[in-house]
Formats: sequence, structure tokens, C-alpha cells
Amino acid sequence: MKLRIVVTLKNGVLDPQGKAIEHALGSLGFSGVGEVRVGKLIELDVADGTSDADIDAMCQKLLANTVIENYRVEHQEDLGK
Amino acid sequence: MKTAVIVFPGSNCDRDLAMALESVTGTKPYMVWHGESELPDGLGLIALPGGFSYGDYLRCGAIAARSPVVRAVVAAAERGMPVIGVCNGFQVLTETGLLPGALMRNEGLNFVCRDVDLTVDNSQTIFTSRYAAGETLSIPVAHHDGNYFADQDTLDRLEGEGRVAFRYAGDVNGSARQIAGIVNAGGNVLGMMPHPERKIEAAHGGIDGRRLFEGLLEAVA
Repeated sequence: MKLRIVVTLKNGVLDPQGKAIEHALGSLGFSGVGEVRVGKLIELDVADGTSDADIDAMCQKLLANTVIENYRVEHQEDLGK
Repeated sequence: MKTAVIVFPGSNCDRDLAMALESVTGTKPYMVWHGESELPDGLGLIALPGGFSYGDYLRCGAIAARSPVVRAVVAAAERGMPVIGVCNGFQVLTETGLLPGALMRNEGLNFVCRDVDLTVDNSQTIFTSRYAAGETLSIPVAHHDGNYFADQDTLDRLEGEGRVAFRYAGDVNGSARQIAGIVNAGGNVLGMMPHPERKIEAAHGGIDGRRLFEGLLEAVA
């Protein structure tokens, strides 16, 4: 079972990398780019039948730092391949 | 006093920390590899060094915080064992949850490597007893991810409980309220981004870091 874990910074957490990208896009001439936020995409191939609770625990205990980050779990079959 | 320095793959300040501890305590620290599941008996202090444990993969300190030896360090800290984490060691301590908050990428995105002025915020901890409150120290920093973040309530609580040990005298990395080092609620765990172990002998250009270890020895022994 293939999963994608999308980890993003919480609102209110400053993202200096996102800021730098925003400025770089501006300097390339792309106007109208609002706030840029950088996150992470983690792909996992887990055993079929792995419970949602276990997947959630993986995110809570390691994949995301919930002090600063949110996460969401996407199942590949829901992603339209 | 017996001490231990935890060594992770990618640690690079472990020997500096060991030299500082030996210089102050007169006893060579145990160097404990990350794969160990038990700590040596009779320790008075555990030190987590600077460096790039596990290549900073995932997040700085994230993988180290889940290593076997760190589980033992957390258990010891919860029983009241003094623990100091410097730089990457501070990042590891926040990732374990022993200390609140997180260390984010420096606001200016640059790796900052220079001596900085630190102000001693609380001189009543076991780590700062040889300093005077408000005293300014010169201690080096060397980090890319030292921008301390915590929510406003946590920051207020840290300040209200006197748990900010050190602050930067000026802005170094964008840290919330210029926080450079904090202690846990029990006062036995300190995390700090600056490197006191690099200011131990006159040949280092100053000895402001030495009193931290001297104070600890006095408090613990």
C-alpha cells in the first residue's frame, strides 16, 4: 500500500526558505506570487492492512514534528495514480 | 564526577566536549555510541554534542532523538539526571520532547559561525551558578538551524518560570525573544545553541564557557 505523507509548516511558523523562494520568483519576473511555504513529501510503501492508527503514529512519532508541522496522509489509490 | 558524551554518526563536537569535561572534572568521560541501550553506572552528567547527527536527515536531531541510547538518556533525565545538549544536542533534546519548542532554519538562511555575546538570564540553575545574572559572555555559535521557535504561551511560560538560561545580546538567527538556551521544568536539562566547550582555555580566545562546567561540577558532585 503506497502512501504519501505531506508535511507542511503550521500557520504562524516563519518559513525563511519559502521567503527566499518568493523573492527569487519575483526576481525572475514572476509577479503576483503570494506567500511561498516549503514542506516535505514522504512516500511510504507499507504492508496492506496497516491501520490508520499505525500510520498516524508514524507521523506523530517521527515523520512530522507537531510543534511546528502539520501532516496529512494520502493513499495512492485515491490519487488517481 | 563521571560523565558521558553521547556519540552519533555525524557528531563532530563530541571530542571538544570530552576535552572540556575532562579538563574541568579531571576524569575522562565515557564516550557512548548511539546504538547502546544502556548508560554507564554512576554518571553525574550526560552531554549531547554538536554536529550533524544522521546527516540532519528528516529534521535536525530527529533521528538521533529516536536512537536506542537517547531513550536511555530520556529515562535518566526524567529521573533527574543532569543533561546538557549543545547545538545539535539542543536540537535532539527538543525532538525528544525533554525541552519545548523547535530549532528552525536561521532567519537569514546563512550558516552563522562566529563568537556572539550572550546574556545570562537566570544564574540560579545548576548550569549557570558560576555566572552573574545579566552578565555578558562571549561564546561561539556554529549553526544553520538555531532559530528557536515556540508558541507564545510556551515562550511566556519559559520566561515566567525563569527557564531561559541564555539570550543572544543581539539578533543572531531570528530566535524568538533572542533565546539561546533553555532548561526543562525540573531544571536538570539544558539545551543551548552556543558552544561553551569551545571557550575553555585561554588559547581558545576566552574562557567564558569554562564556568558552566565548573558550576555543574560543584552542583552535582
